[in-house]
Amino acid sequence: MSAGLRERIEEVRALYPEPRSAILPALRLAQEEHGGWLPPAALREVADALDLTPAICAAVASFYDQLHLEPVGRHLVEVCTNVSCALVGAQEVVEAFERELGIAAGSTTEDGEVTLATVECLGGCGWATVVAVDNRHRLRVAAEDVPAIVEELRSGGAT
Amino acid sequence: MAGRPELVFAGTDGGAVTEIDDYVARGGFAALAKARAMDPDEVIAAVEASGLRGRGGAFFPTGRKWTFVPKPETVPKPHDLVVNADESEPGTFKDREIMLRVPFRFLEGCLIAAYAISARHVFVYIRGEYEREFEVLRSALEQMRARDLLGEVTVVLHRGAGAYICGEETALLESLEGKRGQPRTKPPFPAVAGLYAAPTAVNNVESIATVTVVLEVGPEEYAQIGVPGSTGTRVFSLSGNVVNPGNYELPHGITLRELIYDIGGGIPNGRALKAIIPGGSSTPILTADDIDTKLDFESLAAAGSSIGSAGVIVIDDRCCMVQLGIRVSQFYEHESCGKCTPCRVGTRWLTQILEKIEEGRAEQADLDLLLSVCDRILGKCLCPLGDSDAIAVASYVSRFREEFQAHVDLGRCPFDGASSLEGILAPSAMHERLPVSVPVSA
Repeated sequence: MSAGLRERIEEVRALYPEPRSAILPALRLAQEEHGGWLPPAALREVADALDLTPAICAAVASFYDQLHLEPVGRHLVEVCTNVSCALVGAQEVVEAFERELGIAAGSTTEDGEVTLATVECLGGCGWATVVAVDNRHRLRVAAEDVPAIVEELRSGGAT
Repeated sequence: MAGRPELVFAGTDGGAVTEIDDYVARGGFAALAKARAMDPDEVIAAVEASGLRGRGGAFFPTGRKWTFVPKPETVPKPHDLVVNADESEPGTFKDREIMLRVPFRFLEGCLIAAYAISARHVFVYIRGEYEREFEVLRSALEQMRARDLLGEVTVVLHRGAGAYICGEETALLESLEGKRGQPRTKPPFPAVAGLYAAPTAVNNVESIATVTVVLEVGPEEYAQIGVPGSTGTRVFSLSGNVVNPGNYELPHGITLRELIYDIGGGIPNGRALKAIIPGGSSTPILTADDIDTKLDFESLAAAGSSIGSAGVIVIDDRCCMVQLGIRVSQFYEHESCGKCTPCRVGTRWLTQILEKIEEGRAEQADLDLLLSVCDRILGKCLCPLGDSDAIAVASYVSRFREEFQAHVDLGRCPFDGASSLEGILAPSAMHERLPVSVPVSA
């Protein structure tokens, strides 16, 4: 484990009365360090830093949608398809991304650049369709906005 | 604007107040000073007198909740305030706007509430997807620390990681303790045994921001706004098939017609209003006939629904109600934590039966089966998640029975592929349609 990660986990651990409470922030930090997902080594690092076991870390990580136990692309595109977004055209946005990226929602481009997923409500129902690009919310996205977003990702713009 | 008092968003002029000097210049932190000059019990009494009730969805009186927290003399464990900023109820997006636009009013409310219940620790559990909101709060908190406003109170901003169930207060506490977010058995209630088994008040973001307002304007003044039983303003989240979606702070008791037509600009493209979900996706659906219903606790209860989280979803005449049921049920199925069987299995069953009806494979008995499964979920789980699915789906059947019947009679969806929800890809269905993944060789 990098000294930087260890230090940052120590910092969040100190915020809580019980070390285990720091597990979500620690897993988030480890995931950022490991390229967007939690390989077994990352779970062991968090476990060591918080005096837990890798099994506890895996059990917790598997419960939360934002923690990934399998590799994801360098960029993560998540389209909300819950009711409010769906009513005003989220499916067209999903299909536009599938077309532009050449993959089905739920998968990653062959070059490992972009993972496309549909997700449950992102809490932006009045600004539909909401698309999270690398966890940043794009609001009022329409199908015709999709080619530009994909171009931005492919040219390495967004992070 | 006359008749539209801004309290939660006061002083923002439609924008955001994210610099502490600007907030202080608008009278910020006067409420905190006022509260700290009072006895903690007087603060609780003031909040009770204001009639403020929980804005997260349960509408429980905020002040009364605080009276359940034992006094430090009787329970010497450290007391905690936990703020539920895990806003995830579909149709609801008000708390994020409150955190973005009035972060200081919200954090001031945290300190007032902590003072009232003698808490030294405040944990704000903010949903993981709200990255900007987290950053705005972090900046606001730093500014408050630099001014030495926190006193002996520690405030921790804790980010969730994507789980709707963590909006349920005991699941939230489990998650904050570093566990999977599975609800606890109640009693004991969090007020008595909450975070680390210590006395804990759990309050919603809007409730806490409103506590500041109550201290600012005074409880009597606050109670004058709105209607008896549902005092004050509410930040209504308006979404779906409506011209001007967004958050609107309005007094309780305005009608759906005023919100959807006068403020929201009506239904786009000249379509007809078909249905309204008034308080987030877990509340029973209303029809166009209910358009003059008032948006307050008692009026919505009388109409057979609930004010819930005040997330109003407008649905036009293109939407197939069976498809709506599928999509809503897929959500609850996806978010079920799996602890209670009726919820874990029942939500799956509801989705499957609804899919059978939509695809024209259902027999008459399947409609009865659908409602029977709803009955077998209702009231039989530790938390309201399964109930939410059952209540929503049962309401679609009861309010739009003919449409469900038509699917059975015709052996197909009467919308013939033209429904606004046609083919929508839920995350749960997304995973099922993919080919079995081939593991990358090590």
